[in-house]
Amino acid sequence: MTIITPRITRRALVGGAGLLLSGCDRLAAQPGFRKILFSGEKINLGLQRALSDRGALVPEFRADQMSPRFRTNGTRNPDTPDYNAHVASRFVDWRVQVGGLVDRPLRLSIRDLGAMPQRAQITRHDCVEGWSAIGKWQGPMLGTVLKAAGVRSTARYIVFTCADLYDGAPYYESIDMVDAFHPQTILAWAMNDQRLSIGHGAPVRLRVERQLGYKHAKYVARVDAVASLDGIGAGQGGYWEDAIGYDWYAGI
Amino acid sequence: MEEVVPSPDPGPSPAPEHGTVYRHRLATRIWHWVNAVTVFVMIGSGLTILNAHPHLYWGQYGANYDRPWLDTPHWPSWLTIPSSYNLALARRWHLTFALVLGFGLLAFMIASLINRHFQRDLRVRAKEVAPQHLAADVAAHARFDFRNPDDPAAYNTLQKLSYVATIFVLIPVMILTGLAMSPAMDAAWPWLVEMVGGRQSARSIHFIAAALLVAFIVVHLTLVILAGPVGEVRSMITGRWRLPGRREP
Repeated sequence: MTIITPRITRRALVGGAGLLLSGCDRLAAQPGFRKILFSGEKINLGLQRALSDRGALVPEFRADQMSPRFRTNGTRNPDTPDYNAHVASRFVDWRVQVGGLVDRPLRLSIRDLGAMPQRAQITRHDCVEGWSAIGKWQGPMLGTVLKAAGVRSTARYIVFTCADLYDGAPYYESIDMVDAFHPQTILAWAMNDQRLSIGHGAPVRLRVERQLGYKHAKYVARVDAVASLDGIGAGQGGYWEDAIGYDWYAGI
Repeated sequence: MEEVVPSPDPGPSPAPEHGTVYRHRLATRIWHWVNAVTVFVMIGSGLTILNAHPHLYWGQYGANYDRPWLDTPHWPSWLTIPSSYNLALARRWHLTFALVLGFGLLAFMIASLINRHFQRDLRVRAKEVAPQHLAADVAAHARFDFRNPDDPAAYNTLQKLSYVATIFVLIPVMILTGLAMSPAMDAAWPWLVEMVGGRQSARSIHFIAAALLVAFIVVHLTLVILAGPVGEVRSMITGRWRLPGRREP
């Protein structure tokens, strides 16, 4: 008996575990349970914001702590006729349009971005997949750009629209005003002391250091201040959020 | 010497020789079953997340061009939550149930200090970890004898040590290394990631601790089966446990 029981029970356990696992899939498909499952994002956002100073900085590193080679991810090259023309002209005609709920819409060239007060930071890039790479980024703080545009107090989110297309629609991302005015949130046009490469988002990308990599929009063409994310894409605040249900808040 | 303080708590002492004793307090039982579900979800969803980049590194950074210390196998769909590869949904499971795990542990710890479960049942005394005593306990386990020789209602020493290690080391390490992987937490509490020597170290330790937790669960379930699964499961539901009788000295 003592020999047989464990064996049967083990099989029952493994079978039971399998049933439980497929039960998890069925649960996650149920709207009510899905709501609970997706509520963790808001709780984590609330807790992290409560625990953390608005301006708390992520660790910055020394030059000798950088990744020897920084891999690319997501779009490696937008490869649209329009983008390729900008590549050919070395982005001299690229304009970042700053609009939406602002008093003074702006059209900023890469030279304009470089002429603003700069911030350079060696930070760790964390991909949602789990890998990390450390690199140096430089550009004006997003807060400086938004102040120059006279962002209105009714703005609650900043939306970044990109030049790379997914199924014909541009990649986009959004952050709230806490992260938009965070000192380490910059519009980076340089990486590791060189102009941004195509793989890393040339000519300009967002760095929002307290969040995961998919929030760091590359190939930024538009920066819009909005009161609500409704009506933009599928309304979830970003391409991956719309497409497969990634968390809009990617601080964890 | 220990002071004897009378307590109104219906705790498991003094124990009779036979019959049943009230062994598991309500807080212990609730936490046990909440954790049974939570840890199951955390492991399944954790394996999906690991499948996204099944390489582990030491230090601050680590990606495809860097040298991993471990390449883990691809975890099959019958082990993962969700069963199809869906990183977004796996993260929803993992990060929502992480709250249950973290605050569940906190609530259990507070309750177990108040109901004196920690002080009474889990305090490891010097004489218990004396080599001679430990050797005797190992020998008793080898004979499938899981009784505490001094008190039939109490945990035996190896059992106590494994619970202490799980409650006070393994699960806290899981929670802290999990938090250390959060870029926002690294801004809020920079000491967290510094303590473990970097985010990729945190990720590696998170995995090692998870593997140890799985080992604990395997041993735990095996011993429940060997000790008599019906009585053990019943005691974790009702709190009352049938005494196995005293071990002959």
